[in-house]
Amino acid sequence: MGDNGSAALAFDDIGMIFPDGTETLQNISFSVDKGEFVTVVGPSGCGKSTLLKIASGLLEPTAGNVAVDRDRLGYVFQDATLLPWRTVLGNVELLCELHGMGKAERRELAEASIDLVGLQGFQNHYPKSLSGGMKMRASLARTLTLKPPVFLFDEPFGAVDEITREHLNEETQQLFLQEGFAGLFITHSITEAVFMSTKVLVMSARPGRIVASFDIPFDYPRKPDLRFDAEFARISGEVSKELRGGHS
Amino acid sequence: MTDTVVEATAPKSVGPGKAKSIALNILPPLFFGGLVLGGWYFISYVMLAENRRFLLRPPDKVLTEGFLDWGGTGGMSEMLQSLWSSTKVAGIGLFLAILIGLFLAVLMSQAVSVERALFPFLVTLQAVPILAIVPLISFWWGTGQTSRVVVCIIIALFPIIVNTLFGLQSAEKGMHDLFTLHHVNRVTRLRKLMFPAALPALFAGLRISAGLSVVGAIVGDFFFARGEVGLGQLIKRFASRLQGEELLSAVILSAGLGVAVFLLFTWLQNKAIGKWSDRAGLV
Repeated sequence: MGDNGSAALAFDDIGMIFPDGTETLQNISFSVDKGEFVTVVGPSGCGKSTLLKIASGLLEPTAGNVAVDRDRLGYVFQDATLLPWRTVLGNVELLCELHGMGKAERRELAEASIDLVGLQGFQNHYPKSLSGGMKMRASLARTLTLKPPVFLFDEPFGAVDEITREHLNEETQQLFLQEGFAGLFITHSITEAVFMSTKVLVMSARPGRIVASFDIPFDYPRKPDLRFDAEFARISGEVSKELRGGHS
Repeated sequence: MTDTVVEATAPKSVGPGKAKSIALNILPPLFFGGLVLGGWYFISYVMLAENRRFLLRPPDKVLTEGFLDWGGTGGMSEMLQSLWSSTKVAGIGLFLAILIGLFLAVLMSQAVSVERALFPFLVTLQAVPILAIVPLISFWWGTGQTSRVVVCIIIALFPIIVNTLFGLQSAEKGMHDLFTLHHVNRVTRLRKLMFPAALPALFAGLRISAGLSVVGAIVGDFFFARGEVGLGQLIKRFASRLQGEELLSAVILSAGLGVAVFLLFTWLQNKAIGKWSDRAGLV
C-alpha cells in the first residue's frame, strides 16, 4: 500500500460514515499507479462500491482525501447503463458528446473503441437486442473513447454467466495492456481478481478496512489456463482465507 | 479483443405464424362486433314495440337515415361540418394541453419543491367537475370556441402532466451518475437523458389525453354554443327532436373521432419509440 505522491489514484486515510450513522469505510489508504491493476475483494456490503463512488467524486468522504484527476475518469458501472434509445454507436459516442467533441472526432473514437471490444457489426443495434455480455462490452467501449488514465470498475461482470465473465476478464486484461491505464476493480470473485490484477486488496466486513494485500506475480498477457496453475490456486486460497476472516 | 461475438438476436418469426396471429387479432373483435349488432337488432325489433322504437333505432336505419342521408338540416354534410368543428376544438385543446403539460412537468421535474407546490392544485383542477366551473369559464372566455378549447385543456391536461413527470423521473440512477461524473449541466441532462427516458410514459399520457380531448370538445359544445356548431350541439338538437338515427350517427362519429385521434398517437408513438422501447407495437 503506497503513499506515492505521483500515483494516478491515491486514497489517504479515507473514512465514510453515512448520515444514518452507518460507518462504511475506515482508514483506507492505498494508491494505484499507472500500469497497475488493483482489485479490491470483500464481502457484500463492505463498502467496495462506496470506495469507487468516493474516488469518482459521486460521494464525498467524511474523512481523508482522494488524489485523482477527474477530468477523464473512466467508470464502468455494475449495470451497463446504456441509454435504450441510442444504438450501440450512439451509446459509445455519448461521453465524447458530453465532453463537447465534434461529430467526426467522436465517430472515429467510437468506431475504434467498438473494434477494441469486438462489437463490430453491432453499431446500429439497440441495447434491447443485445445479450448481457454485449451490453457490458458496449459499456466498456463507451468508457474507452475517453482514453481514461484511470479506470474504475464497479463489479461490472457480476451479472453475466461464468464463460462470458472469463472472456470479459481476458478482454479487460488485453485492454489494460494496450491502453496502460491505472485500473481499480471491485469484485466478489477471487478468480477474477487474481487473474487480472497486479495487486489484490482484501477488505473486511463493515466498516470496510484493507486487511491484506497480495502482489500477483504472473506475467502479462495471462493465458486462460493460468486459472488452473498451482501457484494461482495457492494465491487464490490465501486471498480466500483472508476474505473468510483471517483478520477480524 | 479478438473473440468473435457469438451472441445473436433471435430471428423474427415469419410465414404461417403471421397469418395465424392476424386471424387471432381480427376474428375475436369481428365476432364480438357481430354479437353487439345482433343484440342491437334484438332490442330494436323484439324488445321495443313499434311506437317506442325511437328509443333505439335499428342499425340499418341509422345507416340509411343517419349516415347516407346527405342533405338538409341534420344531414350527413352538416354532421361532417360539425365533426370538423369539433376536431378543430379537440386538436387546438390537445395541442395547448401538451404545451402546458410538458412545460409544467419539466418545471416540476427540476425541483421537488416545485412539484410539491403545484401537484395539489393540479389534482384539484382535475377533480373539479366541469359543470361546476361552466359559469366561470363563460364569464372569462365567453360562450364560443375559446371556452370549448378551455374545457378541452382542463380535461386533457392532467394525464399529460402526471405521465410526463413520471417519465422524466424514470431514468435509472446509474444513468444519472454517469451524467454527473461527466459534469453535465441541467439542460443537457434534460435533453439527452430525462426527456428521451420520458418518451414511453409521455406517449402513454398522450394517448389517454387524445381521447379525453375529444370528450372535452363534445362536452364543451354542450355548454358553449356560440359560433360554429360542433357535434355536441348537434347531439343536443337531435336528442330534443327525438331524431334517433341522426343522434346515433353523431354519437358514432364522435366515437370515431376519439378512436382516430387515439390511433394517430399510437402511430406517432411507434414511430418515435418503436425501435428501442418494449412498448412498441401496442395498438
